[in-house]
Formats: sequence, C-alpha cells, structure tokens
Amino acid sequence: MRDTITRAWRSDFMWTFRRSPVAVVSFFVVALLVLSAVFAPLIAPHDPFNPATLNLMNGFSQPMEPNAFTQEVFWLGTDDQGRDVFSTILYGMRISLFVGFAAVLFALILGVTLGLIAGYKGGWLESVIMRVADVQLTFPAILVAMLIFGIAKGFTPVHLRDQMAIWVLILAIGLSDWVQFARVVRGATLVEKNKEYVQAAKLIGRSPFAIMLRHILPNVLSPVLVIATISLALAIIAEATLSFLGVGAPPTTPSLGTLIRIGQGFLFSGEWWILLFPAITLLALALAVNLLGDWLRDALNPRLR
Amino acid sequence: MLAFTLRRLFQSLVVLLVVGLVAFSMFRFVGDPVDNMMGQERTDADVERLWEKLGLNDPFIVQYYNFLGRAVQGNFGVSYKQARPVADIIAEQAPATLELAAVSALLAITFGIGFGVFTAIRKDGWASHLIMSVSLIGVSLPTFLIGILLIYLFAVELGWLPSFGRGDVVNVGGWKTNFLTLSGWKALILPSITLGLYQMTLIMRLVRSEMLEVLRQDYIRFARARGLKEKSVNFRHALKNTLVPVITVTGLQLGSIIAFAIITETVFQWPGVGLLFINSIQFVDIPVMAAYLMLISVMFVAINFAVDLLYFAVDPRLRTDRSGAAR
Repeated sequence: MRDTITRAWRSDFMWTFRRSPVAVVSFFVVALLVLSAVFAPLIAPHDPFNPATLNLMNGFSQPMEPNAFTQEVFWLGTDDQGRDVFSTILYGMRISLFVGFAAVLFALILGVTLGLIAGYKGGWLESVIMRVADVQLTFPAILVAMLIFGIAKGFTPVHLRDQMAIWVLILAIGLSDWVQFARVVRGATLVEKNKEYVQAAKLIGRSPFAIMLRHILPNVLSPVLVIATISLALAIIAEATLSFLGVGAPPTTPSLGTLIRIGQGFLFSGEWWILLFPAITLLALALAVNLLGDWLRDALNPRLR
Repeated sequence: MLAFTLRRLFQSLVVLLVVGLVAFSMFRFVGDPVDNMMGQERTDADVERLWEKLGLNDPFIVQYYNFLGRAVQGNFGVSYKQARPVADIIAEQAPATLELAAVSALLAITFGIGFGVFTAIRKDGWASHLIMSVSLIGVSLPTFLIGILLIYLFAVELGWLPSFGRGDVVNVGGWKTNFLTLSGWKALILPSITLGLYQMTLIMRLVRSEMLEVLRQDYIRFARARGLKEKSVNFRHALKNTLVPVITVTGLQLGSIIAFAIITETVFQWPGVGLLFINSIQFVDIPVMAAYLMLISVMFVAINFAVDLLYFAVDPRLRTDRSGAAR
C-alpha cells in the first residue's frame, strides 16, 4: 500500500503537478470548496432552509458586525429573511456542484457512447450522429440548454416543476454538452480500431460491444478526462447563468446562480454582501476548475501545448 | 465554387427543416394546444370541432407542411401569455436587440482588432501585459456578473449611467431607435460593453496570435528591409494576412452576440427579443419559444453560409484550391 503511494507520488504525472504552482493552488481551492459543499450540514452555522431556525429580526445583518436587535454575529451577513449568507452559499454550492457533476457525467456517458459507436461502426449511424453533432455545434450551448429546459418544463406537470427543476437542469446542460465528447472519442476510435490489438481481439471472437468497452475505451480515456474537467467549469457557469436568468434552480433550492439573482435585488439598497459573496464563490470555483483543466490538458497531452 | 455553394445551400435548408420540425413538435406535443386555447367551460363537441378546425386530425406530415407554410409567411400563431400574434410582438421588440447587437459587435471588432494589433506589435510593453491580464479575467467572468459589476460601479455608486431600460426612444416608421436621443445613447453604453466584452477578448486574442505568427514571416522582414514605413508593414502587409481566420470567427460570433443578448437583456431589463424569450420559457409560452427558435436558426444558418462565401472574397487562393474549399 505504502509502496503504491510512493510510486504514484514519484510518477511523471505527480511530478508535473508539484512543479506547477497554479495547478496546486487550483487543486486545493477546488478540494476545499467541494469538501465544504459535501459537508455543508456539518460546517454551516445555520440550516438556511429550516424556517424554524430563522429569526426575521436577524435580517440584513452586516458582515462581521453584531445585529442591531439580536446581537448575533454573522461572518458574511444575512439576507432579508435573516438567512445566514455563509450557510446559504455552502448549501447553494452543493446544488451548483451536484448539477455540474451530474450534467458532465450525463454528457460524458452519452457522448462517449455515441462517439464509440460512430467511430467503430461507421456507416449511416456515424453520418447521422456526426451530422446532429455538427448542427448542434452551430448553436451556442447555453441557448441549446435554455431551449431544452423550456421544452422539458412544458412536459412536467405544473405542481412538480419546482421539484423537477434540478433534474431538468441536468438534462438540459448535459444534452447541450455531449458533442465535444462524441467528436473526440470518435476521432480517437477511428485511430485505435485499426491497431493490432483490436484486430487480435476480433480474431479471438470478442463481441463488438466488448471490444468497444474493454479494449478501445480505456485507450481513448485521457482526452475525455481533459474535456470533462473543462466541461465541468462550463457546466457550473451554465447552471449559474440559467439560474440567474430564472430558468434554473428555484428559490426553494437555490444554487449559487439563484443566490446571485436574489442578491441583485438588494444591490440598489446598499446590501452588497448578499450579492458579492455568492458571486466571489462562483468565480473562485469556475476559475479554479478551469485552470485545473488547462493544466490537465498540458500534462496529459504534451502535443497539444 | 458553384458546386460548393449549392451543397452548402442544400445543407442549410436541411438544417432549417430539422429546426422547423423541432419547433413544430413543440407546438403540437408540449401540452395540448386545444387545452391551451379553450377555457374550463367546454363540451366534447367543441373540443372535437376545434381539433378539426385547426387541422389537428390531419396526418403529421400535412400538419408539418402547413406549419412551415405559415412560418414562412411570418405567422407563428398567438402568444399564450400576451394573447397577441407572436409576429407582432417580435417585430416590436426586435429593433432593441438589433441595435444593441450592432453596437456591441462594432465595439468588439474595433477594440478587438485594435488591441490585438497593439499587443502583437508591442509584445513586451507593460500596456500589453495589462491588456492581456484583463482579457483573461474577461474570459473567465460569466457575462451576467460583468453586467452586475458594471451596474454597481457606474449606476449605483457613481450614478453616471442608467441601470436598466432603453431610455428615450424615437419612433421612426415603427422602428423605435436609441440612436437619436442622448438618454438612448447613455442607456446603450453599459449593455453593449457587457455584451461585446467576451467577443472582444476572443477577437483580440485571435488577432494577436495570428499577427505574431505573420510578423515572423520572411516577407515581413523583406518589407522592413525595403525600408517601408512601420505602419505600412504592420497594417498593409501583416494585418491583411491575418484576416481570414478573423473574419470566420467574427462572423460566427455575430450570431452568438444575438444569442448571448438573452443574458445581457435580462440583466439590464432591455426590452428586446432575448428578454421575451426568457419570459416565454418561464411561462412555457410555446408559440413565442418556437418562433424565437426558428428566427435565430435562420439567422445562424444565414451567417454560417455568408461566412463560407466570404472566404472566397477574402482569400483568392481558395478560388482555385479545391482542398481549401472543403474547409
């Protein structure tokens, strides 16, 4: 066990990682944010969505200053309903990260599957898949996501819309993002399928399904990993944008974007902290994931540099 | 060239037909159209009569054909929310979006090319480094945050510029324009910067890297050796040869500007079609969504087609080179 850790630590991959301060800092920022989101119920001083713990008298507390009525101190202040901004950010980040990860996972599975099929099978299936991808690529992803969100919303019964919003959001962002995966995997599969190990696997009679899954897939994974990281940053921003525009996470389960939307309403009356802290969190998260993705691309594929 | 043009034209038509199919399916299958039009008090006979009258009993392909026929004539049905013809609403709001997009595009192109050339020529100056670092932030900031930031700074703190709306507009034959009043121009500043910033950084980075590439070439060194003026070398020789990729990206970005206007218009409550679209999603106003989808796809397809043709105008080499035509 200890041996494996030492070996991993001394690998090329870890060596380039240790040598890049940007990557190390980004990694720790992402790790910190993800962990604090996962353990939000343990860390957050208040449960912002349990009305029983809220006190309206705490509304509009300034950051780091005792509230005028209750003398309670909130690190990052409170919003109009007396919800602790720090706690809402932690819970909001949970939604943002969950939607981000789930959407990328969905896009990854869909894109990789279609890419493998297109690359390995070829023929009319390939033309159809790649044509659809081309057409979708003509339109900005955020527009596609909005449309899918709108259509899916039309299909959900009215009383379920708020509960289903998160899942519809994942579906919309995931569907708007699969093209990159499919294109890269198809390209790599076209190269791999003529190699000798694939011929050998065919000769011993493995099924096309097994060849795609067990032989080709592991060899095309590293570009997929890079795209997944960059897609994660894009998905988090897309989610925040949709929620900010009011076509994403509902106010009952606010994500960072919803919090910024709420905070914007208080900008003109001087309560800047309700907007500023969620915005900074979103920015740090997106920027760190982005930088990590850039570094990963250089580290895994020196040719792209 | 003719074969290439025809093939592209055919592809564009197929894309539009598919988009039309999506838009039509939204009409037909999201919710029950009859349900959306009739009130609570209705008999089965009424419902049946409306089905027949609207042609909903016809075969799918006939309905689709009729839908396309109406769409081509600019008839997109009646908005569920505003109870007015969608075409009228869009015609009313389109000028706002088009003016905003035009100003943003102009800003993005002017400053994008200007800064791009500047940072390429003065590669190591402090001003170039400053511009490059600021542009990095510009790329990673989400559009809506930039808008809020600008509002906070220039509308709330400094109070120089309005934070929402179009200001006073002048009605010129049904087209309400911002360009004829001072308050209209003032209202344009913040939204157009917000909308154009991302595109500007993209164009700037592209021009810069292309310029750096070109400035290394032998013919530039030769032009310098001939004693040509620095300005002439930079602009007549270098910039001209960077234009092909710049035109491609800029052209494609024009479409994105109209799409991203959705976000900017929401932040600034700008009464354009983007705001209309966002509201239609919130209220599941299918006719408006479908019409917006059709219009924006026609625009995107037209822009793509125009960019393809522009290659030939800009780069004479492509006119004979067949491999170039496939790009």
